[in-house]
Amino acid sequence: MTDNVLKPSKTTKRIAMVVVILYALITMIPLVWIAMTSFKSPDDAISYPPKVFAKPSVEGYINLFTSRSRQTKEYFEKLGPPKTWYDKIVRSRNMVITGPSNFKDRYLNSILIGFGSTFLSVILGTLAAYGFSRFKVPLKEDLLFFILSTRMMPPIAVAIPIYLMYRKLGLSDTILGMIILYTAVNVSLAIWLLKGFIDEIPTEYEDAALVDGYTRFQAFWKIVLPQARSGIAATAIFCLIFAWNEYAFALLLTSGTAQTAPPFIPEIIGEGGLDWPAVAAGTTLFLFPVVIFTILLKKHLLSGITFGAVRK
Amino acid sequence: MKNDNNFVEKIANNTPANIAYKIRGVSDKTLAWLFISPTIFLLLAINIFPLFWTIYLSFTNYRANRPGRIVHWIGTRNYERILGSSDIWGYLQATAHFVVWTMLLQVLIGLTLAMLINSNFKTSNFWTTVILIPMMLSPAVVGVFWTYLFQPQTGIFSNIINLFVDVGPLNMIGSVKLAPWAIIIVDTWMWTPYIILLCLAGLRSVPQSLYEAAEVDRANAFQKFIYITLPKIMPFLMLALLFRGIENFKMFDMVVELTSGGPGSTTELASISLKRAAFELWKTGYSSAYAVILFVTIFGLGSIYVKALNKVKS
Repeated sequence: MTDNVLKPSKTTKRIAMVVVILYALITMIPLVWIAMTSFKSPDDAISYPPKVFAKPSVEGYINLFTSRSRQTKEYFEKLGPPKTWYDKIVRSRNMVITGPSNFKDRYLNSILIGFGSTFLSVILGTLAAYGFSRFKVPLKEDLLFFILSTRMMPPIAVAIPIYLMYRKLGLSDTILGMIILYTAVNVSLAIWLLKGFIDEIPTEYEDAALVDGYTRFQAFWKIVLPQARSGIAATAIFCLIFAWNEYAFALLLTSGTAQTAPPFIPEIIGEGGLDWPAVAAGTTLFLFPVVIFTILLKKHLLSGITFGAVRK
Repeated sequence: MKNDNNFVEKIANNTPANIAYKIRGVSDKTLAWLFISPTIFLLLAINIFPLFWTIYLSFTNYRANRPGRIVHWIGTRNYERILGSSDIWGYLQATAHFVVWTMLLQVLIGLTLAMLINSNFKTSNFWTTVILIPMMLSPAVVGVFWTYLFQPQTGIFSNIINLFVDVGPLNMIGSVKLAPWAIIIVDTWMWTPYIILLCLAGLRSVPQSLYEAAEVDRANAFQKFIYITLPKIMPFLMLALLFRGIENFKMFDMVVELTSGGPGSTTELASISLKRAAFELWKTGYSSAYAVILFVTIFGLGSIYVKALNKVKS
């Protein structure tokens, strides 16, 4: 084996390829398994030994979106024939659909809170990052460290005062309250990432623009913003994914109206414990957008983490 | 670009003169203040103010579930109680075990894989993307579905292990011995990609000319790794460790959904016991003191680490 790092030999490459692909396949097993479980019937989901190929069923998804109750035979005789295909599946388990479940609302909350807080943190983060990157700010390093340090706090440490504060302000269990909260948590990440991006943009362009009679704000708006576009996109994705995934604050500060999907999914109870196909269905629907985002914007993710991490 | 300019000009022309003057005419100093202060204000309101409130509460016997009760200032009694409690030291030990092992495993696996990926074999880009997926997922939801995968009889984890070694059904979550490793396995599954990503960035920052020079000097692969690669990726790796270390010290969501601290208190990490004290036992004052202790620990360790990081960078 030659030890040329510049051009690894064919054997080296082949070994590397096998190991990496093996690792990738192993890490994918849990996710593929969950997606498969979401299409199993409740009995197949808990069979021993586990069934790799089971008869496909959409019961998990039906159970995820509906609430049901068990009924007697007499009741069904009175009820008449099922109206829809999913009604039919539910009735084959001696159950009737009593209404929609909360999943749709929780999912919608996740979307609203996720996008709302991302929008705000990116705006605040871009402005502050530009400020820190280009201007003389007193105690700059201390301020930046202070901003980073807000991320070191365990969420539960500030949850009680925030809860008390929100109750006084009427923000508890509201979407607006959660947007503000997630913005505050995300803005530190946004600033650190974006400052990295903006630091990389040469100041010469702005200086030339300033000489040409642009104001500072115009230089920021017309010169810096367009060049920071990919950095802003990467930052936005990071913020969105964080808000989408957040659990601790959602668990402690919301109970109904503003509850997001993460604290809801484990609460999907079937008869005799967790309804695994329904949980798997919720998990699949919840994780799917994130997987897509990760794949679509992989290049931005990498540059996002690179630029934000080590700045020149 | 052209459209962009028109748009901005339109806004500029339509802005009332006095506001336009205010925006255009501001000095750099004012603009810096305008740009930075909203963020600072937000952080003060949502992070710093609650922190001080927590610090205040930590010196009282306040209980959030009994609003009518008179709140007494009890000095440092909460702190004394916490530091003297053997339970808390147990939780901190469980946390340290979790942090040390996850960091160690993730650095080993992450660095190795990053170097393998960096050999740039065909399709390496595609597989890297696949590998990155777990770290983008919701930790709480990950914890939920791993409880399913970890079922001793019906779960796929135990069954796959038994294909290779005949150990019988593994009760990963229910057994005192295995549960601490269950949370380490899931965290490693989830966060190794983070280390990979940062190590890759580090590896790609190494100028090729350095290797060429080393080649001229007849350095072997090991020497190249020690003297060129490692120093270059060190800042990246240390930063990754800083962020992951802090996150894992505060670890709550994944573990709470996976084991909820059990069996017994074998996986009762600091944040989980804090949540129990604050939101189940409603010992607000006591848990505030606990929170302050945790925050000071993280902050202290973090500052020492950042100082070391800056030294490595320069």
